Amino acid sequence: MGDSEVTVKSKKTVFVTVGTTCFDALVKVVDTQEVKEELSRRGYNELLIQMGRGSYIPQSNVIGEGMINLMGRDSKGGDESIAVDYFTFSSSIADHLRAASLVISHAGSGSIFETLRLGKPLIVVTLKQIISDVKVESLIPYHPGDATPVAKLINRFLGFSED
Amino acid sequence: MACNVTITVVIISAMLLLIRLLYVLHRTGKPLKTRDSAGLAPPPLSTLIILGSGGHTAEMLNLLSVLQKDRFSPRFYIAAATDNMSLQKARLHEETSRSQFMQIYRSREVGQSYLTSVVTTLIAMVHALWLMLRIRPQVILCNGPGTCVPLCVIAFLLKVVGIRWSSVFYVESIARVQRLSLSGLLLYKLRVADQFFVQWPQLQKKYPRAHYVGCLM
Repeated sequence: MGDSEVTVKSKKTVFVTVGTTCFDALVKVVDTQEVKEELSRRGYNELLIQMGRGSYIPQSNVIGEGMINLMGRDSKGGDESIAVDYFTFSSSIADHLRAASLVISHAGSGSIFETLRLGKPLIVVTLKQIISDVKVESLIPYHPGDATPVAKLINRFLGFSED
Repeated sequence: MACNVTITVVIISAMLLLIRLLYVLHRTGKPLKTRDSAGLAPPPLSTLIILGSGGHTAEMLNLLSVLQKDRFSPRFYIAAATDNMSLQKARLHEETSRSQFMQIYRSREVGQSYLTSVVTTLIAMVHALWLMLRIRPQVILCNGPGTCVPLCVIAFLLKVVGIRWSSVFYVESIARVQRLSLSGLLLYKLRVADQFFVQWPQLQKKYPRAHYVGCLM
């Protein structure tokens, strides 16, 4: 909602996503002062956390209805702080990925491939209990694929023409 | 005398069922016979789409975006009862009001005790059977995780008893590079899937009946 207002100032967003998992450890780490300061130092001014099933609530410094506290910060003229906001789930994760300048993912295949396809910098943090053999190194360089070979085979199998 | 008749009937029905089972196994994986009715386009097929969650759903929606909607109609979507996002995403993808969206009980939640799992698995199986008898799909598209296994097994049994013939397509997740997932392995080994797709060539070498199709994402 507040997006249109704040885009006046060039926005550099770090988007943290844990998908449908519970990954409090990751949320806690990105919510530490240390990480926020480092991100801020690297020119990021917004931290958006999709926290999924986790129970740890990040310290949001967003005021009102999605209005990010950029105005207050700008008036002070400082750039030491970073606006933090969070939500549990969204049906438009793709939009958040598109709007982000850096993505930190829980190693879910959806967010990994979507981010690679967008060509954005990506940090993957694995949730060891779940992940078994995702080989991220083998994905780089990544060439986006598509589902047409599958569709072709399914159509052929069912007696439809292949186009 | 009556006893003998009963035994004979039981033996004969068991034999018939066995023959039917062998026939279904033999037919599984073989393309449907050409269905073009005198030059016309073949009629559409009712399709069940089983949505996993997270990345599974994303991959499935990617596949659906390249399939001709008029061929796969009507469409039924099933997602786990605990998965609130998948059906929402599918709704965004769907334009027709004919499509139906359903949720299914899960056999086991992460961390659930084994004792209560027995009961919940039974409930999940009955629910799956009820849904499958209602939908009776001709095509099933699935890509894991576990939710799809009972539904596909029931689809196979419906073929054996002759209620509905269906074609099952399973796409292994892009995250599976070296080993199949448990759902994938079960559907491959049990020969429940008519066509089995993998996204990495290493897997195709290990599982020769699989089709290597490259990355879907």
